[in-house]
Amino acid sequence: MTVDSVTIAFVGSGGAGVMTAGQMLLDAAANVGWYGLMSRSSGPQIRGGEAAAFVRLSPRPVLAPGDRFDVIVAFDWQNVERFAAELPLSADSVIVTDPAQGEVPAVLAASGAKQIEMPIKELAAAIPGGRVNMVGLGAVAAVIGLPRAGIDAVIEKALGKKGEAALAASAAGIDAGAREAKGWNLGLELPTPQRGGAARWNISGNEAAGLGALKGGVKFCAAYPITPATEILEWLAPNLAKTGGALVQAEDELASITMCLGASFGGVPSITATAGPGLSLMTEAIGLGVASETPVVIVDVQRGGPSTGIPTKSEQSDLNIAVYGLHGDAPHLVVGPTSIDDCLFTTQWAVHLAEALQTPAIVLSDQAMGQSRAVVDKPAEAPFVARRLLADSLDGEAKYKRYADTPSGVSPAAIPGMPGGEHTADGLEHAENALPSSQSSDHQKQLDKRLRKLTSHDFGDAWADIEGEGEVAVVTWGSSTGPAREAVRRLAAEGRKARLVALRLITPAQPAKLAAALEGVEKVLVVEQTHGAQFHKFLRAHYDLPGTVSVFSRPGPLPIRAREVHDTLASLI
Amino acid sequence: MDTHLTEAAAGPTPQDYKSDVKPIWCPGCGDYSVLAGITRAMATMGLERHNTAVVSGIGCSSRIPAYTSCYGYHAVHGRALAVASGLKLARPDLAVLVFGGDGDGFSIGGNHFLHACRRNVDMTYIVMDNQVYGMTKGQASPTTESDWCESKLTPEGPGVNPIQPVQLALACGANFVARGFSGNPNEVARLIVEGVKHPGFSVIHVLSPCVTFRPEQRTWKSTVHPYGREPTDDPNEAMRAVLEDDGFGLGIFLAGNRRPFQPASAASRTIAQIEEGFAV
Repeated sequence: MTVDSVTIAFVGSGGAGVMTAGQMLLDAAANVGWYGLMSRSSGPQIRGGEAAAFVRLSPRPVLAPGDRFDVIVAFDWQNVERFAAELPLSADSVIVTDPAQGEVPAVLAASGAKQIEMPIKELAAAIPGGRVNMVGLGAVAAVIGLPRAGIDAVIEKALGKKGEAALAASAAGIDAGAREAKGWNLGLELPTPQRGGAARWNISGNEAAGLGALKGGVKFCAAYPITPATEILEWLAPNLAKTGGALVQAEDELASITMCLGASFGGVPSITATAGPGLSLMTEAIGLGVASETPVVIVDVQRGGPSTGIPTKSEQSDLNIAVYGLHGDAPHLVVGPTSIDDCLFTTQWAVHLAEALQTPAIVLSDQAMGQSRAVVDKPAEAPFVARRLLADSLDGEAKYKRYADTPSGVSPAAIPGMPGGEHTADGLEHAENALPSSQSSDHQKQLDKRLRKLTSHDFGDAWADIEGEGEVAVVTWGSSTGPAREAVRRLAAEGRKARLVALRLITPAQPAKLAAALEGVEKVLVVEQTHGAQFHKFLRAHYDLPGTVSVFSRPGPLPIRAREVHDTLASLI
Repeated sequence: MDTHLTEAAAGPTPQDYKSDVKPIWCPGCGDYSVLAGITRAMATMGLERHNTAVVSGIGCSSRIPAYTSCYGYHAVHGRALAVASGLKLARPDLAVLVFGGDGDGFSIGGNHFLHACRRNVDMTYIVMDNQVYGMTKGQASPTTESDWCESKLTPEGPGVNPIQPVQLALACGANFVARGFSGNPNEVARLIVEGVKHPGFSVIHVLSPCVTFRPEQRTWKSTVHPYGREPTDDPNEAMRAVLEDDGFGLGIFLAGNRRPFQPASAASRTIAQIEEGFAV
């Protein structure tokens, strides 16, 4: 008997190596031809503390975390109650537990899940240099029918440099775990993987955002570290340098965003990445980017808020500050990737849009995408690159007007180095010639043009992901798209119709396009991961939603699961 | 930087670097003279206007970019040095000069000043110090004496000790540190020329009276005096000497030897090669 997908958790305290086990499981599955998704849950500790790696594998692309866990392998039970709510189980689930670590905590045992005892620590201790996570990995590999060659390739790649002894210890650990699991007969084998077809990638959302920046033409990044965005900056540091760009570590987010504005004033496409607290510090300077018409891209990898909140766990609650956080009337771009691999496309698109429209673009990723890894089909090439409209006739009689009131609202830019284009870009309101002005007519004209360049732009088909049909539609955005998409596809497989509309372009709103996408819809379900239903309120402010509207909104860190969206939609059909 | 220094016989004049915008400053403001010194320095160096970028934050002196004929960026309060650092790091071919006042540079922008000094990006910071917030009509700044009681905001005086910008610059690692006085624009021009030519981050502290809110500063012309020592390249020696200075000594305190900061960058890989790393 085989299953369509399998969802596994490795849990344990620091040092057990749960993240390594999860990563190696995902990599091995990728090697043999399965798709997968690995997300992580950890406490605030730098080392030690509770940790869990969540892995879902399938012969088909994995859109979202599983509804519940099929197998939990626990190396120990320390502090597991802190994230027990993130470990949904059922009576069909299996808990693999080491009797030396004590009883399965009641909060998990209450699910009625089957318990299997495995002396993980003892098995590891019997192997010179043996580690518990390799024993656990071996057991899981046997349970799901993962061909051994896939694991061996991963071990070789990860530990090859450490020498034969390390390789042998890991292999022995995996063998020991596999031997134990042989007799379990859990019926959780995945179908034999089929390799071939499209090329696949193994990538995290934060890496994808970094790659999107490069592909969009970014050549400068100013960085201030913050969880869970740091990996974007760490990925960009060497890769910008290798492609002729530069990354500089700033003293704070006030500096990182203004350094980017300075570089962009110099004509160099620029990006920074941060999380909610950093975005809060950047808002004044983002307004400067709006007023001075200086393009810049800010990737906000959202985490639980407000304030320091839950730095290591996901939420979609920076929507309001991204959309409304600037003082004054300050139209700008806000976009949100709809999956891990879409972090590439959406960031690349944001670079293109920011440069084309000469304004800041905020990319709202989140921890669930940024710090998760997925095995996906290689993303398609996208044609979007940075191309700023430059002034081309600066030697004429007429003095150059940096903020010329053009029909599109986009004014041809002069950048330092272009003779005849000298001007002072200004956060003060200004006349077309860039000189400061407090006159009502200049203010009106510049406000109009800064809005018009956004509202008159054709954003094409990328504004949203749309699929399915029927009179019930789920409207969502960001990382909530994954479970919503899976829910719609499950319903379709059951012969029930539902539509998915996932907004990639948050601002400027596209009322005509959404109305067309929802033509004939009688019931709308809004799905989002906030406490205050921020996305629903945003939709209400900017769109007419057809029919009756219901809202599925929950704060982080609990992920929204496909089953929840499926069941809610099913009740509406 | 040297690429923008030309030795043309009939070179540019200070007037070539002035825009036709009339400054918003009060009559008698020291900043007029500093602006004259700036344009004179630009003419002396023969800077190419299109290859020169002038960056500022917010405040009276931060209005300078629009009063020049170069490229300029008038940013938000306190962030001029960060904007300028990003610009220079991304466009090392440009000459970058930064202008601002004591509030912009040492209060709201204090952290950026600290890090600009230690980062040592090759650019020049001219900070006009009048020991008061002028644009908001007369409040104490970080360089105001603790017992100055003329502000409605702090009628009993700010009650905290002023900082000494030159000491701060040296302590934070600036590579070139000098002080000028707006009453002597030729000397200001000379210091700017030296600062721009010197590799790394150059700080030029210019005493520039605010005749509106600090009229007593009119006496500065008799308070300032030559610093009286030759410039040193040793920061320790410079700091020892500056600690004995009364804050009115004019001249070059340090012309150091630290290497300017520029991140390594070389186009050695294509994006296609980089993304191969993600292939399963």
